[in-house]
Amino acid sequence: MVREVSESCVDSLLTEMVACYCNRFYANKPELAARRIEAIGYQVGHQLSERYTMERPRFTDHLEAIKFICKDFWSELFKKQIDNLKTNHRGTFVLQDNKFRWLARMSVDPSIDNASSVEDNSAPTPENKAAQAMSMHLYFPCGIIRGALSNLGIPCAVSADISNLPACSFVVRIKA
Amino acid sequence: MARVAPRTGDAIFANVERVNAELFTLTYGAVVRQLLTDLEEVEEVNKQLDQMGYNIGIRLIDEFLAKSNVSRCNDFRETTDVIAKVGFKMFLGVTASVTNWDADGTCCSIVLEDNPLVDFVELPDNCQGLYYCNILSGVIRGALDMVSMKTEVTWLRDVLRGDDVFELQVKLLKHVPEEYPYKDDE
Repeated sequence: MVREVSESCVDSLLTEMVACYCNRFYANKPELAARRIEAIGYQVGHQLSERYTMERPRFTDHLEAIKFICKDFWSELFKKQIDNLKTNHRGTFVLQDNKFRWLARMSVDPSIDNASSVEDNSAPTPENKAAQAMSMHLYFPCGIIRGALSNLGIPCAVSADISNLPACSFVVRIKA
Repeated sequence: MARVAPRTGDAIFANVERVNAELFTLTYGAVVRQLLTDLEEVEEVNKQLDQMGYNIGIRLIDEFLAKSNVSRCNDFRETTDVIAKVGFKMFLGVTASVTNWDADGTCCSIVLEDNPLVDFVELPDNCQGLYYCNILSGVIRGALDMVSMKTEVTWLRDVLRGDDVFELQVKLLKHVPEEYPYKDDE
């Protein structure tokens, strides 16, 4: 039987890890906090994909590896698969989870959906503080995906798009 | 009618949302690793882990009280028993035991034989001073703080340091009477 812990353990740990890096260590340097959080995710993704691919033959192409992330890997983590996979057939893949679990309990005004404009919003209104907090939480899963793929021999960049909450899309750009 | 405190957390654990423990274990490991890189001093990492645990504990106590249906404990003995049997089970899926009581019932040990935090973990030589599971002591301290008990929680035995079990000493420093943040005439 697979060992399990309560979901609150993971939720609390992630919340606290993000708070620790964003509020205590790098309160005024969100880009540094982001990099650390992403690095933690990368480490986790790297190790998990090592474990979950132990008894599999090597993937023959990128699409096969991405499909593994969408199906088996995502199921291990979230007990569901990625809902939608799109690709431009030139190395960019968009993985959409229609109800991403780690954002399910966060509330953010969906009108401020700019996940990418975190660093330049200088006026700390409550709204963009909330948006910033949320995007900080996305660096961890982005890191996980990047770590998992890099362990499978696929270097890439991963970003997240939350313009469609509670759906969350992860954009994987494979480096040529 | 007085509610009867559950003697184990089995039923609660069976009913909460659960996740793959590997994700939790590896995430915690990655956090510790990153802290070691960023803070350099092992002592400082111990402190941060304890602080993170404390912050988690002060929130987790609410979930614990809401889901466990535990009523007010009569004494510190009952409190630690509930932590070991219900608390640990309900969150980590493992049960701990309580031993080594002192004469006046204010200090005891929580012994943990099975600890999901340390699956796959081995400490390298340069981390010998690290209390890897320090987040746990922080959680207990934080949670008890929220129910008016000031405690000191320290590690006596640690499997990663070569002991056979994990042993946490929990010492009750004082009961803080509940203070209301408001006055009647405000």
